[in-house]
Amino acid sequence: MAQQEPGGVSDAALDPTEFGRVQRPSRVSGIGRFTARRLLTGLGTLAFVLVFNFFLFQMLPGDPLARYKGAREISAEDLAALRQELESPLWEQFFNYVKDPLQLDSYSTIQGKPVWEVIADALPWTLILLGTSTLLATVIGIWIGIRAGWNRGSKFDKNSTGITLFLYATPEFWLGLLLILFFSTGFWIFPGIFPSGSAIGSGLDPWTVDGVISIAWHTVLPAASLAAVYLADYSLIMRASMVDELGQDYLMTARAKGLMDRAIRRGHAVPNASLPTITLIFLNIGFIIGGAITVETVFSYPGLGLLTWNAIQADDLPLLQALFLFFSVSVIVFNMIADIVIAAIDPRIRL
Amino acid sequence: MAVLDMRDVSLTYHPSEGPVPAVRHVDLSVDAGEVVGVAGESGCGKSTLISTVLRLYPKSATVDGEVLVDGENVFDMKWNRMRAVRWGEAAVVFQGALHSLNPIQRIGKQLVEPILVHDKGATEASAMKKVRELLDQVGLPTRHVNAYPHQLSGGQKQRIMIALALTCDPKVLLCDEPTTALDVMVQAQILDLLKGIARDRAMGMLIISHDLSVLSTNCDRIAIMYAGQVVEQGPALDLFQNPAHPYTRALMGAFPTIGDGESRYAPTGLPGDPPFPGDLPSGCSFHPRCAIATDECSTVNVVLEPVGPGRDAACIHVNQGVGAP
Repeated sequence: MAQQEPGGVSDAALDPTEFGRVQRPSRVSGIGRFTARRLLTGLGTLAFVLVFNFFLFQMLPGDPLARYKGAREISAEDLAALRQELESPLWEQFFNYVKDPLQLDSYSTIQGKPVWEVIADALPWTLILLGTSTLLATVIGIWIGIRAGWNRGSKFDKNSTGITLFLYATPEFWLGLLLILFFSTGFWIFPGIFPSGSAIGSGLDPWTVDGVISIAWHTVLPAASLAAVYLADYSLIMRASMVDELGQDYLMTARAKGLMDRAIRRGHAVPNASLPTITLIFLNIGFIIGGAITVETVFSYPGLGLLTWNAIQADDLPLLQALFLFFSVSVIVFNMIADIVIAAIDPRIRL
Repeated sequence: MAVLDMRDVSLTYHPSEGPVPAVRHVDLSVDAGEVVGVAGESGCGKSTLISTVLRLYPKSATVDGEVLVDGENVFDMKWNRMRAVRWGEAAVVFQGALHSLNPIQRIGKQLVEPILVHDKGATEASAMKKVRELLDQVGLPTRHVNAYPHQLSGGQKQRIMIALALTCDPKVLLCDEPTTALDVMVQAQILDLLKGIARDRAMGMLIISHDLSVLSTNCDRIAIMYAGQVVEQGPALDLFQNPAHPYTRALMGAFPTIGDGESRYAPTGLPGDPPFPGDLPSGCSFHPRCAIATDECSTVNVVLEPVGPGRDAACIHVNQGVGAP
């Protein structure tokens, strides 16, 4: 845009017929259009995932009905009917699938309940764990990153970078095991004060004060292991972005304007430096919903991760299919949110 | 009265490899309403010289001498006072072609910011009103307050930088290569604009550039810098037509005279590279590249001495009348 510099005075630039349309900076329409476009591509990805999910489970080896025979009472006729359905032509099965891609009527073979009910039971626990750990990791990680990057080479920078690099390289389940050893079982001088092995004390109602306290108490260790690893990630990225911004010309302008150091940092450096970290946080949320498998398994925390693990162990294909779909959707949705948030902050993205 | 008076200013950077004296004993003053140009090759210390006025150099650098802004030495100021002088007394026109504007903030917000910081009585609305007036003065439509930097051309951004520098009505305007990276037509417009502003507002203006022809037609006085020192200064036209220092003459030789076919086909360059300020030659810093250097040049320290009305040069041959044209 605006390849031409308006002449010495502004007549050319003020002429709406020549410059008005291209040059007029868009206010809201930019971000609105971007959001609409992004939602459309998100829907496209979702459609692809739905189709892919069907063929993925067609490719799995083994007999999907094997589990029914041993574990459950099922009449020979029902089994035969299921068998017939499984042996029908692929296009017919695909047609049936597309008619109902969410598979609202499919049942979990291990729990004997509709799959979406099983997922709905586990989801709140994952959200509690995810919410706590993401909040901790984001706030602490970004704070460390800003401080370390702004004072590059300081003692704080050197110490925090050393620690966060160590945490970044740590597998979260291994950290979880250590935390259980030190703070749950108790070991040497460490008190075993935090419970593990569930998400709430047995027999407690989550909607009572005791229940809430118990939930909080149970969340500490798994949330700490997740938060530690992710905060390392966020602080390292935030620090690197801050260091990148330090040499930028617009910060020299801000300094020359007579702003206080704090105003330069908060008003100019941090908003520019936060873009990569914000993207990463939202992408990670999408992944952690399904990706807390190791931590949830180590702590026997009854969220979606543990559910996935159990479904794999028990060949619970209908449940797995629903879980895969759910995880894909969460990744797609949070990807989309990340893009839209970034576009809201950075006008250059909206082009 | 001089609104900017630099007295024996030196600045030394201290990287781990050893001290780098980037500016050495510079005396330079700018009166109200006067336009002074500083020319020199890249790395001669002209940008560093500007950074001393608002103390924008890195914390690790050491300075010496005095920089008086409206009679007050900035090197003695507490940080509170320094922040008030920044933009309030002296402002910088940075290179608009670079990322001198925050890429994710609207132009209006960036221009309003210094007004709100320096003028405690200003409101958001009064500041915005002033910003619109300034945009109009620099020849931009006022609706650009809602634009982001990437939506503007290089020339438009340079006008924004000028408007930004004027937001707090400074007494001194420091222009850091204000026309570099702009095409020739736009260069001329920007320089006309700057000159007009200096005249109308009776500000002191210091323009640094590596382009001597740009300075000669727009400045009252010119100082030539080499290796951190001023080697020659004088009235612009006189200096341009009648360069005294061999370095100035070499700079002039690099520009062909328009209409003179001979000079066009034989531009005389300057052999060699400027010295690294951390490792300066002995005596006159210019002697290894100088056409008229003698043995004496590598031992005697040169200082600025009068060579004519309002003219100074730092060369023993000029002062002895040998090198004068």
